[in-house]
Amino acid sequence: MAETVTLRVKRRSAPDSRACWEEFRVRVPPTANVVAALKEIRKTPVNAAGRPTPPVVWDCSCLEGVCGACAMLINGKARLACTALLKDLAQPVRLEPLSKFPVVRDLMVDRTALFEGLKRAKAWIELDGTHDLGPGPRVQQSLQAWTYELSRCNSCGCCMEACPQVNGRSAFIGPAPLAQITRFNAHPLGESLRAERLEAARGPGGVHECGKAQNCEKVCPKRLPLVWAIAELNRQAVAYSIRQWLSR
Amino acid sequence: MRRLVVVGGGLAGLMAALKAAEAGVAVDLLALGPCKRSHSAAAQGGINAALDTLGEGDSPERHFDDTIYGGDFLADQTPVRRMCEAAPAIIHLFDRMGVPFNRTPEGLIALRRLGGTRFHRVAFVGATTGQQLLYAADEQVRRFEVAGLVKRYEGWEFLSAILDGSGRCRGVVAQELKSMEIRAFPAGAVVIATGGPGLIFGRTTNSEHNNGFAAAALHRQGVKYANGEFIQVHPTAIPGADKHRLISESARGEGGRVWTLRDGKPWYFLEEWYPAYGNLVPRDIATRAIFKVCVEMGLGVDGENAVYLDMSHMDPAEVRRRLEGILEIYQVFTGRDPCRVPMKIFPAVHYSMGGLWVDFDQMTNVPGLFAAGECEHQYHGANRLGGNGMLSAIFGGMVAGEAAVRLINAGEAGPVPSSLLEAEARREEEKVQALMRLDGPENPYRLHEELGEWMNDNVTVVRYNHQLKRTLEKIAELKDRFSRVGLHDTGLWSNQALSFTRQLGGMLDLAEVITVGALLRDESRGAHYKPEFPERDDANWLKTTIATYHPDGPRVTYEPVDLQFIKPRVRRYDTEEATRGG
Ligand SMILES: Cc1cc2nc3c(=O)[nH]c(=O)nc-3n(C[C@H](O)[C@H](O)[C@H](O)COP(=O)(O)OP(=O)(O)OC[C@H]3O[C@@H](n4cnc5c(N)ncnc54)[C@H](O)[C@@H]3O)c2cc1C
Ligand code: SF4
Ligand code: SF4
Ligand code: FES
Repeated sequence: MAETVTLRVKRRSAPDSRACWEEFRVRVPPTANVVAALKEIRKTPVNAAGRPTPPVVWDCSCLEGVCGACAMLINGKARLACTALLKDLAQPVRLEPLSKFPVVRDLMVDRTALFEGLKRAKAWIELDGTHDLGPGPRVQQSLQAWTYELSRCNSCGCCMEACPQVNGRSAFIGPAPLAQITRFNAHPLGESLRAERLEAARGPGGVHECGKAQNCEKVCPKRLPLVWAIAELNRQAVAYSIRQWLSR
Repeated sequence: MRRLVVVGGGLAGLMAALKAAEAGVAVDLLALGPCKRSHSAAAQGGINAALDTLGEGDSPERHFDDTIYGGDFLADQTPVRRMCEAAPAIIHLFDRMGVPFNRTPEGLIALRRLGGTRFHRVAFVGATTGQQLLYAADEQVRRFEVAGLVKRYEGWEFLSAILDGSGRCRGVVAQELKSMEIRAFPAGAVVIATGGPGLIFGRTTNSEHNNGFAAAALHRQGVKYANGEFIQVHPTAIPGADKHRLISESARGEGGRVWTLRDGKPWYFLEEWYPAYGNLVPRDIATRAIFKVCVEMGLGVDGENAVYLDMSHMDPAEVRRRLEGILEIYQVFTGRDPCRVPMKIFPAVHYSMGGLWVDFDQMTNVPGLFAAGECEHQYHGANRLGGNGMLSAIFGGMVAGEAAVRLINAGEAGPVPSSLLEAEARREEEKVQALMRLDGPENPYRLHEELGEWMNDNVTVVRYNHQLKRTLEKIAELKDRFSRVGLHDTGLWSNQALSFTRQLGGMLDLAEVITVGALLRDESRGAHYKPEFPERDDANWLKTTIATYHPDGPRVTYEPVDLQFIKPRVRRYDTEEATRGG
């Protein structure tokens, strides 16, 4: 019971080559996702005009919406290709690489910037060591519940794509790394780096550059409470600045 | 040379890298993509440790016994015992790293049940435990990256080990998947942590990265592969066109029930057949039961190969709090809410108990070359228990990292001669050139699909010798057709077809290792089940399978199992007394 779907893919053979659109028609089961369609192309790398063409290059790993690898623009919207079911999409389905990151090839982009953001944010606990130091601190269920929501960020980059403040002209670190600052500042053992994180949060490209457009939260596939996390961080950064100023 | 190469950025690789960096050894960390995308992120149910916070009388010793018994006595007992003893400290470590484990009202780490034990022994983070554990390890490695001790090579594919004249490992050769540059990485020791080989079976619960190529390439270089025939088929997955998506055992651990319709009424066959463990029998047992119900008795739901996994009787708010991740997966891919309607599931290939042979220090038969995580063979015998996979990856990674540091600090090897590096890089360069020239009529992705179908149909839940023999003939045919593959992509930049074709070559090798091992083992043990030989046969088969590469097909020998702590006893799960052995 396969159905034919039409895909229009924005292709680029290398970062510096010109982009062009190529159309494909593939037959897939009615329950299939965008990834299944792309996989079908690999098996018969021929475009809609019947001409052989190199298989489309894209990124994926888990195929179940967890790992964040397969983010791309699908009909103009930043989302994960593996959770995008074809039956829910208007045809022809337009596939483009995320535009806020450098293209590697076709739909694959280089998201190093996100991981650099996590370094700037010092998104970790300053551990004494991996040897046995006994149990960690007790944590209340309420704290666990909301830090868990923030811990699900898979660095897919959809929020960065949607955020108007993330662009070639700004140094804005972006919503995903900022949310991790909020998360680690709340952990009982995250305290020790709190001041350093807040320095980063109020420094160049920091939390004040967020224009509160709220686009980020709308596209996040893991539904992180980004707007709240950024507002909370902003509050912490302002309080920190005032304390710094008073103690001068 | 005070430098460690770690290949693989899942839980095992990251833990090895952390141990080395902590000891002041510089690490080159290679992975196919960003470590956060590793397959470990997809683990759902949780991780075992006998924390006994519910006061049930659980202990590492009980955990050890359940693991050995669950693995049908094929696992070496010394390393398994060490792993179970280390487990509570591992949970505490990840807790200190900031993993948001679910909590009890007092703020302690909450525990739940998974299969093959009577105890609440599983620490968990909703139903996305692997994601949080992986990220925590990744964050710690990032710290050392900022400190300059770890250098990440994400987007690099391991191609081969560099072996010197004495057969010792002195580094690796890898290719950057973007620029296609090939480079040699010299090292005092190497840890391989490249995960499982699930992709050999086509559609499975695994990630796309689990191609087993690194293990296959090393096997070709003379590294032994052990217990390859032990492949775990998980009882509960959602069948899909691109992959089968796991519904974690934790759904049953929290109270989910498996049933089908018989004479128009719900029939809870697991509860009826295994009253002591019910829905929480180990995976091999549950999978065979579902197979029996659907394939033999023809009682699948709607006449399909499917049974129900039912959570609709449970409190939706509580289910969401503890299992949100899997609810989300079922809802996204089927459009139905498991809190309201029972899920339709069927078994799917999930995990490899077998892998690269390692000793108790995680070292392979090649000095200086270690392996940890799902790519090695050591902790699960003939069947893995839920919650022990991540534990073995973390523990094995830590053991490997520490052992590699000891070897490096002993400093016997000295600097790596540049001629050695260049020669191995050149060999790989030539192999790439040969692959690039392939322009035959066979499509590698189609060949892979055929391989997956054959392996799934013949080398999974129920195995017959005549079918295994036909599968070996099929693999030989596929290998022959592999030489007439066409890449359809001549690009010298980010050429995925090249990398996939190379991986397919490795998959064909390992498929043969798995199938030969299965054909030879004329007994039933754990996940390996032959109706023609339905009993476990300790007299002849209580031994570890060792496959050594040979161009005409693997040479298979056997080694004794370390049985020094627990005497083998009959394995059954219908009564409590039977399990405990009286
Ligand atoms: C859906 C699912 C759910 C699971 N749930 C649980 C659970 O609840 N509890 C549990 O205990 N276990 C669970 N498991 C099992 C467990 O997740 C895995 O066995 C474990 O995470 C493997 O970790 P690893 O570090 O060995 O490998 P992986 O996490 O698979 O990492 C492998 C790494 O190697 C890299 N790599 C691979 N090949 C190469 C190459 N050629 N060159 C360079 N790098 C390479 C990859 O990029 C990756 O970084 C689950 C498994 C699945 C499939
Ligand atoms: S709320 Fe801030 S971070 Fe989010 S999209 Fe708007 S500007 Fe960007
Ligand atoms: S916050 Fe959401 S959208 Fe942004 S990177 Fe994380 S998971 Fe993706
Ligand atoms: S492939 Fe992992 S999120 Fe889509």
